[in-house]
Amino acid sequence: MGVMKRVTMVFRAKANKALDRMEDPRETLDYSYQTQLELLQKVRRGVADVATSRKRVELQINQLQQSEGKLDRQARDSLGAGREDLAREALTRKAGIQSQLEDLQTQYASLQGEEEKLTAASQRLQAKVDAFRTRKETIKATYTAAEAQTRINEAFTGISEEMGDVGLAIQRAEDKTAQMRARAGAIDELMASGALEDMVSGPHDDIQAELDRMGAGQGVDRELERMKAEIAQGSAPRQIEGAQGASDAEPASTASAVEQGQAGDGE
Amino acid sequence: MIVRILGEGQLEVPESAADELNQLDAALESAVERSDEAAFQPALQALLARVREVGTPAKPDELKPSELIVPQADATMDEVRKLLADDGLIPG
Repeated sequence: MGVMKRVTMVFRAKANKALDRMEDPRETLDYSYQTQLELLQKVRRGVADVATSRKRVELQINQLQQSEGKLDRQARDSLGAGREDLAREALTRKAGIQSQLEDLQTQYASLQGEEEKLTAASQRLQAKVDAFRTRKETIKATYTAAEAQTRINEAFTGISEEMGDVGLAIQRAEDKTAQMRARAGAIDELMASGALEDMVSGPHDDIQAELDRMGAGQGVDRELERMKAEIAQGSAPRQIEGAQGASDAEPASTASAVEQGQAGDGE
Repeated sequence: MIVRILGEGQLEVPESAADELNQLDAALESAVERSDEAAFQPALQALLARVREVGTPAKPDELKPSELIVPQADATMDEVRKLLADDGLIPG
């Protein structure tokens, strides 16, 4: 018979069963309208729930992106200071954060899709509910109970199908939101426990601590490194002359000049 | 005739497309019956693509029930099975 026909029959059967339960067809109209309004509320709450989850994931993405940027800077600073071991550590942590980020970005897109679908479903249902209300008043005012029956049947079956469809969409969105909450909760816990935080900020940040210590204690060493790099570059093509000239006049940016010098060396 | 794509709404589809849609639907049904995952997704996507191609969105304030209902684009085979079962997935 085909999938399409069979799915249609299941929807129809559902509507017919509900119709059979109603004794007075006019009562059916009012009762059904109430149910429609309730479903409309439910789908709007669903949209709000999905949006809340989406925003939470968005916040986590922002936090992880900051961490990623910071680790990237630390890796560069470490390399600039000749500490490949520290740079390697920073990049390893960065890779861990990147895989979390990719996962979150996939989830974000999926939630965004759910939100759009539910919003559209809510608009479609609203249009049908409005149409049903108008139809309901006309039927109640114009027809006797017996005449009303067939007219009610069509309208009821039509709206019932829409409601079934919207109900399914809400279920799918709820499932996705529940999965998302579990994941977001796990990441929040990681952050709260310090496992993620440790890597990048605060007093626990060992990479930054090491960089700071070197910055304070090894100014002479770094100056020597910089000079070595400059001399070494005398024989290499001097592509970044301008940047080095600027750094000579400005001691504060010595570290970045060294870094550039070394990056130039490596190439 | 009116065709609904679950999760997307109703479309007005010319009767002349019925045969072609039924053929695509038969392929989908056979994939579900054989539990053929590899054939299921392409069959569903082909059916959906054709319905969208020949259909135009029905008036939103229309209260007519659909003649045919197509599962949503991201439906799994399991979800389609449940849809086909009485009192399976549809809430209410």
